[in-house]
Amino acid sequence: MFDDFFIRALIAGLGIALVTGPLGCFVVWRRLSYFGDTLAHSALLGVTLAYSFELNIALSVFIISSLIALILIQLQKKTNLPGDALLGLLAHSSLAVGLVVIGFLTFIRFDIMGLLFGDILAVTTDDLIIIWTGGALILLVLKLIWKPLFASTVNYELAEAEGLNPDRAKAIFTILMAAVIAISIKMVGLLLITGMLIIPAAMARNISDSPQKMVIFSIIGGLLSVVLGLYSSLEFNTSSGPSIIAASLVLFILSLFKIKQSIKLKN
Amino acid sequence: MSSENSTLVKLNNAGFKQNDKWLVEGVSLTVEKGKIVTLIGPNGSGKSTTAKIALGIYKNIEGSVEKYTNKVGYVPQKISIDWTLPLRVYDFMLLTENIKDESIDEALTLTGVIHLKNKNLGNLSGGEFQRVLIARAISKKPELLVLDEPVQGVDYTGEIALYELIKRISDTLNCGILLISHDLHTVMTATDHVVCLNGHVCCSGSPMDVAKNNEYKTLFGEQASQILSVYEHKHDHVHSDKGEIKKN
Repeated sequence: MFDDFFIRALIAGLGIALVTGPLGCFVVWRRLSYFGDTLAHSALLGVTLAYSFELNIALSVFIISSLIALILIQLQKKTNLPGDALLGLLAHSSLAVGLVVIGFLTFIRFDIMGLLFGDILAVTTDDLIIIWTGGALILLVLKLIWKPLFASTVNYELAEAEGLNPDRAKAIFTILMAAVIAISIKMVGLLLITGMLIIPAAMARNISDSPQKMVIFSIIGGLLSVVLGLYSSLEFNTSSGPSIIAASLVLFILSLFKIKQSIKLKN
Repeated sequence: MSSENSTLVKLNNAGFKQNDKWLVEGVSLTVEKGKIVTLIGPNGSGKSTTAKIALGIYKNIEGSVEKYTNKVGYVPQKISIDWTLPLRVYDFMLLTENIKDESIDEALTLTGVIHLKNKNLGNLSGGEFQRVLIARAISKKPELLVLDEPVQGVDYTGEIALYELIKRISDTLNCGILLISHDLHTVMTATDHVVCLNGHVCCSGSPMDVAKNNEYKTLFGEQASQILSVYEHKHDHVHSDKGEIKKN
């Protein structure tokens, strides 16, 4: 069954959606969309390193993204530059360095479009193993740090005062972000991964009145986006990443009607 | 008087400096089980900072904090919650600990906001939100309660009821309370120990001691000592802490 490239892509995409759903909620709640973008841009450097030294792509992306996150934290402490400037600096410079390195690697033929926007043909059976075991691990860790992470998202001082160690939860969450980018880069592409994190979560926000519901709707939205996106990708011969993100946008637009309704009900 | 195991939190000459400016320094105080310690002082005198030092929110402090409990309930003075989060009162009650439904209902009933249980937290009024904050802190049945201006924005009758509730909680749960309050009347009637702050500890002791202190009178004016005389008139007893009365 896994011989068919489309089935492989579908299974990979569903695995990714299960992980980006809950993680994406935290990205929205903690206002981390540009942070996610920065990590995703730096992933290109990880991919080039993987090719240069014949490493596993997901592993190498994970290492580089974590490294960039660490550098960001250090820069935040040591400079007086605002956060968004630092994020922009790291995002674009790591993307640029990644592209320059690709220029040097003339002996390898790169599918740049595939890297940027995802390629369903590229998903191998090994990738499926990485996505599903990696994804399960990410979800397990997220479940373990859920309480302190969520509490400190609502209010840092309450979490700290009542003994939940929010700093540790935040550090672990950063690593999880790097990990989710690492497992989804082949499928969604590095320019669109943040969309996969944010758009289903934003859609879920429109139709939820509790955090649990938002997480569940975000997962469902992500799964639907993957199915709709991949089928249309097959149908119209488009890149998998943009197709999935466009599908999630359609779901987001539909969710706006629900908001209108609830506002009417209030009046 | 104070046995070691009844101490919940102890500050030894603690202080906190931010941007080379001392927010508060040289604070020593002890909160024990079943006792209410109240911090008073003008704006910017370091009351909230002292509370945060006691809670361990500030890390790089001078002096030391000894904390003997992890069961803490905290009502902060300012709380900024991001309303991009869909959060009902019920979800907020479970924020830092998984509490049984009965305990949640009990706490919300005590603070008079049980009818708001399934409301979105963002739609509450200031006073309602304050009651929810108190309910959340007490529903955990903490050993140490830190209340930073807990009744701000609450209507007058509610204020009295909530202070009575706080006193009752201290008695029934036998928990220690670190209270910050502007309401000198409450402070003087329901407190075991008062610490008067103004960047440093300017005086401390039983409410009686503090009210008689000259520095206290300079800070709060003669009116403040009159509050005490009203209190003495109303009730026919005096909190006597043997040998601790300071003469000025």
